[in-house]
Amino acid sequence: MTRLASLARLIRSKNAGPFVLTFDIMFDDPQTYQRVRDSGVLNRDTVASLYSIAPAKVQFFYCDHALAVKASIPRPIIQGDVGDSDGHGGQQYAPLMDIEIP
Amino acid sequence: MMHQPSLDELRILSPTGVCGSGFSEQSLETGLSMLPHFIGCDAGSTDPGPEYLGSGATAFPVEAITRDLGLMLSGARRLGIPLLIGSAGTGGGDIQLDLVRGILLEVAKKQGLSFNLAVIHSEQDKDFLIEKLRQGRITPLEPAPPFDEEVIQRSAHIVGMMGAEPFIRALEGGADVVLAGRASDTAIFASVPLMHGFSPGLAWHAAKILECGAAAVVNRKSPDCMFVWLRRDHFLVAAPDPDLRCTPQSIASHSLYENADPFRLIECSGTLDLSAAQYVAVDDRTVKVSGSLFEHAKRYTVKLEGAELSGFQSILIGSVRDPLIIGQIDDWMARLKMRIAARVKMVFGDTLVGRWNLGVRIYGKNGTMGELEPVQEIRSHELCLVFEMTAPTQKIAHSLAGIVRHQALHLPIPEWSGLITAVALPYNALDRGPIYRFNMNQVLEPSDPFEMFPMELIRVGAQPEQGKAS
Repeated sequence: MTRLASLARLIRSKNAGPFVLTFDIMFDDPQTYQRVRDSGVLNRDTVASLYSIAPAKVQFFYCDHALAVKASIPRPIIQGDVGDSDGHGGQQYAPLMDIEIP
Repeated sequence: MMHQPSLDELRILSPTGVCGSGFSEQSLETGLSMLPHFIGCDAGSTDPGPEYLGSGATAFPVEAITRDLGLMLSGARRLGIPLLIGSAGTGGGDIQLDLVRGILLEVAKKQGLSFNLAVIHSEQDKDFLIEKLRQGRITPLEPAPPFDEEVIQRSAHIVGMMGAEPFIRALEGGADVVLAGRASDTAIFASVPLMHGFSPGLAWHAAKILECGAAAVVNRKSPDCMFVWLRRDHFLVAAPDPDLRCTPQSIASHSLYENADPFRLIECSGTLDLSAAQYVAVDDRTVKVSGSLFEHAKRYTVKLEGAELSGFQSILIGSVRDPLIIGQIDDWMARLKMRIAARVKMVFGDTLVGRWNLGVRIYGKNGTMGELEPVQEIRSHELCLVFEMTAPTQKIAHSLAGIVRHQALHLPIPEWSGLITAVALPYNALDRGPIYRFNMNQVLEPSDPFEMFPMELIRVGAQPEQGKAS
């Protein structure tokens, strides 16, 4: 098992507009990308469970050309609204780093 | 403007991702030497938050906008090519559009330039929106907050995000420079290609890459220029700075950035479909893209963006170092909140019921992720506390901060007897002023693509320029 953080070139989160938070998990080479994609461990349900949201609300993509896995969720709090702690959504990816990939 | 009936190659220069974020002057000169047919630049976004659309301020300093605009305008006029600017002044509302128009005119005067300027407004009239809502022509995107006539009435400013058509109309009307309010970032760059009949899929895809400047390179150092050679069945993309490299992976990855869906990007007139796009390296810094498709929508829709006042805020920042308090921080905070509520009632009576809010962030515990934080155990020897008081006026918010300060300072814990001072305060309360919230994620179906975007055509400088067609 290997932590996703040590396999990915970049794991990031960002706003996709004020109402959606999006996560990009990007890899350097096709072998590592395919290993993660084909492991089946990183999927819609994983993201749903880490972010306490219904799987149906998660958009989930494998991007073969970009060697990337992507997920988007509705923002828990609208960007900039009272209580929002992360205006750009830039520091919401940390829980993804610890996913163990076989 | 170009009038060739069948242009085989359209060259496009994007100086940077946002006007005001900067670019290298050398890169711009290199880009200009590659003979672009036009220059485009996005100048705004929702990304800096609701306060800009709400207040009319700009996210980038006026001095920085002036610098970037001056260099772009000078380059465009030297080559006699159009300059297209979208989302002027961050939010694209009329206050911001007027501010950037002022900067543009100032810069033009200083450089002794004369040209035809089109200014396209995107701020929306509330009565117009209410009428469209009653006609059932405003519908929600997913996810969208609740929306009704009151939301429209409460808004400080509402803008529509224009498509490519208003830019095309401005250019066909003889504009050399187009300054637009809120616009789809991509519409700025797709407009000229669509005018010349290039494939909409390629035009919108190239536009998607260009709108972020050099963001799609492998080795981004700082904001800089990007260049596209758009042809009939593909486009090439590279950065003018010879040190910056695009690879098939870096260009393919760019469609992920700040997008919910990396394969389908929605515009007013349809959807860019990248699922069959192909990316091939031409050399070690240029990528060839083909296969991008565009599905025309049955209805033309314009996205609305609105911001309303949430209130006024004062904040208090403090820290806790005592391990006994840290060990019971949740309980301590719950007791503090009860004390504050009781004290607010004592001071304000019933006048503030339901009209004030205390938010607390505990950095070192879950300040960044709040309730989504998976780590429950506190591993830090100190915590930072941020108290946010939101109220109908700044004066009340500040008074509330005074109450919070005093209650927090001396809230006891059972382990100590006697008067304690529980929080270290580097300074007293700070007033944030008015704060805003984004209050809509709706689209409007206008009668035509121009209805929401009135245009002014202005002659800048003295004489009409002669023989400047490129």
